[in-house]
Amino acid sequence: MSLVELPTTAVPPARRRLAGRGLPLLRGTGLVGHLCAIVLLGALLVAVFGAAIAPHDPDLTNLSFAFVGRFQDHYLGFDSQGRDLLSRLLAGARTSILGPLVVVLLSMLFGTVLAIATAWKGGRFDTIVSAALDVLFAFPAIVLAIIASVVIEPGLKAASLALSVAYTPYIARVLRSAALRERSRDYIAALEVQGLRAWVICVRHLGRNMLPIIVAQGTILFGYAMVDLAAISFLGLGVQPPQADWGVMVATGQSGVLQGYPMESLCAGLCIVVVVIAVNLLGERLSDRSTLVTR
Amino acid sequence: MSAADGRLLDVASLAVQLPVGGELRTVLHDVSFHIGPGEALGLVGESGSGKSMTARAIARLLPAGAVTTGTISYAGGDVTALKGAALRSYRAEVAMVFQDPRAHINPVRRIGDFMTEALRTNHGVSKADAVARAIGLLAEVGIADGQRRLEQHPHELSGGLLQRVMIASALLTEPRLLLADEPTTALDVTTQADVMAILDDLRRERGMALLFITHDLELASAVCDRTAVMYAGQLVEQRTSSQLHDDPLHPYTAGLVGARPRIDGDVTRLAAIPGRPRSAYEAPAGCAFADRCEHVEDACGEARPPLEPIEDGFVRCRRATELRGMLRAGGRHG
Amino acid sequence: MGESAVPLASGPSDPSGSTGEALLSVRGLTKHFGTNVAVDDVSFDIARGGSLAIVGESGSGKTTIAKMVVGLLAPTSGTITTCGHDRSTPARGAAERRRRGAEVQIVFQDPYSSLDPRQSGASAIDEVLALHRGGSSADRALRVAELGDLVGLDDRQLRALPKALSGGQRQRVAIARALAAEPQLLILDESVAALDVSIQAQVLNLLADVRADTGVSYLLISHDLAVVRQITDDVIVMHRGVVVERGATRDVLDHPQAAYTRLLRASVPTPGWRPRRRSEWTDAPDLSDVSDVSAG
Ligand SMILES: Nc1ncnc2c1ncn2[C@@H]1O[C@H](COP(=O)(O)OP(=O)(O)OP(=O)(O)O)[C@@H](O)[C@H]1O
Ligand SMILES: Nc1ncnc2c1ncn2[C@@H]1O[C@H](COP(=O)(O)OP(=O)(O)OP(=O)(O)O)[C@@H](O)[C@H]1O
Ligand SMILES: [Mg+2]
Ligand SMILES: [Mg+2]
Repeated sequence: MSLVELPTTAVPPARRRLAGRGLPLLRGTGLVGHLCAIVLLGALLVAVFGAAIAPHDPDLTNLSFAFVGRFQDHYLGFDSQGRDLLSRLLAGARTSILGPLVVVLLSMLFGTVLAIATAWKGGRFDTIVSAALDVLFAFPAIVLAIIASVVIEPGLKAASLALSVAYTPYIARVLRSAALRERSRDYIAALEVQGLRAWVICVRHLGRNMLPIIVAQGTILFGYAMVDLAAISFLGLGVQPPQADWGVMVATGQSGVLQGYPMESLCAGLCIVVVVIAVNLLGERLSDRSTLVTR
Repeated sequence: MSAADGRLLDVASLAVQLPVGGELRTVLHDVSFHIGPGEALGLVGESGSGKSMTARAIARLLPAGAVTTGTISYAGGDVTALKGAALRSYRAEVAMVFQDPRAHINPVRRIGDFMTEALRTNHGVSKADAVARAIGLLAEVGIADGQRRLEQHPHELSGGLLQRVMIASALLTEPRLLLADEPTTALDVTTQADVMAILDDLRRERGMALLFITHDLELASAVCDRTAVMYAGQLVEQRTSSQLHDDPLHPYTAGLVGARPRIDGDVTRLAAIPGRPRSAYEAPAGCAFADRCEHVEDACGEARPPLEPIEDGFVRCRRATELRGMLRAGGRHG
Repeated sequence: MGESAVPLASGPSDPSGSTGEALLSVRGLTKHFGTNVAVDDVSFDIARGGSLAIVGESGSGKTTIAKMVVGLLAPTSGTITTCGHDRSTPARGAAERRRRGAEVQIVFQDPYSSLDPRQSGASAIDEVLALHRGGSSADRALRVAELGDLVGLDDRQLRALPKALSGGQRQRVAIARALAAEPQLLILDESVAALDVSIQAQVLNLLADVRADTGVSYLLISHDLAVVRQITDDVIVMHRGVVVERGATRDVLDHPQAAYTRLLRASVPTPGWRPRRRSEWTDAPDLSDVSDVSAG
């Protein structure tokens, strides 16, 4: 009896054990994936109900409490204007999370439609659209946001729209290669031969089979959108003060940081970091899983 | 065991188990054969029967965690015990043509690098010499513009071209034993004839031994001295090739012969074997072929029959002597 | 590519003969890919209930012809007519597309990519039925079971996702799906090549039965001359985009005339066969164009 030991590409046992277990939507993402999903679910609940469960009025200023630390039921203390910090964090969750969500939904919608259309049509249509997207790709998101805030009034709407447009070429490019791969499969040709309409095949088969990749890409994009939106708000082009928003709070907290009261920037920044990390870890795992499925 | 008995490769009672989902799964069970210099042994069988695993076990390329029992000896030495320099020098003499060339050729490197690397690093051949030899061999397998092909990347070549690149690169190092795993499946018959002619010449001129894996019984019979038939991870029959076709001893062999349409003669309904081919771990307990065999008896399900010598070959069937001669007729019916 | 020196043996599929009731009629079909002429002036007919094979080496344009006939590729020139309807230009409108689908269907070579990985066999067949014949879902379910019966798939296998099926079973699903449109012509592009010997025999028998039961015609594309003999009446032999020989399958295989057909026939391994290189073929006059096949 002899053991033949040679290198291999087998799945490490830890990964394998978790594969095939868990919620159907998250199957194969492992323990980390599930933990991230819980964090994100919590964040989403806060985004929806945050303003309602805030213990105090997030916009009530009381300058005599400026930069006061923990006090009675003001667990995180006050900001530079003497507003309750915890309440502002809870209320600010709405724009901070729903903003990126809108960006993701819009850019995924534009990107997917363009990706499938170019992959399906091919030829000159593909060449022209791809070239146009390459041009758009050259514009930094921030530049687009400045343009949008000039054309439309500065605010969440302008910033989200600008980001959605800025992300579309990237998404279209990534999904186009996936769509092309799927398009070249014989089952798509078989459906064409049957006489099904192109858009029916695209929605019912091509699009549906790309769903895992679409979800994975969207999740990863959410993290970017959140950081970029916060940056835009930080620059004063996004959500306008005094409305509560994590990105805005990082910006307005600056004065406090200089005076030795970093709580506002720190707490808002921490919220952003936690959500972004959770989203990215989950996105990576979904994306790994989707490459395994489609192979 | 020694090489004195004219055997270059000797495989005896080889069994392989692979770990699948935490447990060991049998993929080969009691495989025995030998090949002498200049000899060609055909290894035939359907998908999942363990042909590639046999070749991989000989080439020492089994997945990690594989458990091998039995012996594989090459020129008298134990292959399973080889390590380090000894293993490298063994691999320099034994070349393998992989079934799936695209998975075994580095996609980011040029064809030229892939083909000449072993020659230059292991055999100390100069770059110019190695390239010249590669172009010469490519021409032999029907690729005329070798110079240009060497500059290309794998994705620029069709499956058939890549398969021929793989064959040429295996032959470059002038191996003493060639393990060819379905080397002509992606080729059309005229190109296949070219490749087989080259392998034939190498055997005759240089005494290269050949293990030729295929699912095409006719091809194996045509080019190999002896042919072994595998089913569910076991050898079920091994014969002189010419006899396998005309006088099969195992019902499965007869079934394979009868299931193939004929290129000459009348068209009759094919005698298809019912069911589908089995892997070793799915096979029934007694005779692995029992659930698909038309000559099955109760006793066949009781114990796994041994591989028994019969005239010039071996067969693994309880009823072999009894059924002798009937299988040929029985192969074509209904 | 030059003219073939070999006179084209006439057979039932000879386009110069009277066409009579031709199901499929292809005339002067040509396809260029850039400067590469993949198919060069090819003509053939398939009679109702007939069965024609296209054989030839890799890259000789067989799949390109199939794709043009089925409408996945537009010809550079030439006409394709089925049941009197022209189909050499793209279909206009859903009804036209559907009618074409009900005339010609195709089964591809690779059983692993020809089914939607997230759709069971039953649902794939049902989708086609809904498109072509409509009816209630109960009616369609009945028909799905009938088609499953025809190709030898039970209820459980029909309901399984492709990944749970073997190559042979997938190919049966693909055949059933193609038959669901009740086509007059079924194109089989290397459809049995990837199957194991024992499964291949089952599918070949199945194809013979289906033809006997439904009167469907076949256009079979294959490298495998034995398979060609098994299920076709007529054959055309292609080499580099041109037809070099045509006739009844038996005659062409038993008495090949064109140099390329003879080479092809002699390359098929049989007991006692000795492999010969193309370059060793000195007895054939015009094999200059037969050596060196290295198309990418
Ligand atoms: N890495 C692996 N881990 C576990 N089982 C494996 C692995 N590779 C192959 N097997 C199993 O081992 C058995 C033999 O496989 P093998 O590749 O030797 O078949 P084969 O005869 O070469 O078939 P084919 O004609 O399809 O190439 C099969 O049942 C297969 O599923
Ligand atoms: N979409 C395409 N673009 C460019 N060239 C193509 C395209 N499709 C096919 N060709 C070329 O046309 C020729 C004929 O190809 P085709 O696929 O019809 O060959 P085939 O006879 O089916 O070969 P095989 O037996 O290998 O399937 C080849 O030279 C091929 O490279
Ligand atoms: Mg194999
Ligand atoms: Mg083809």
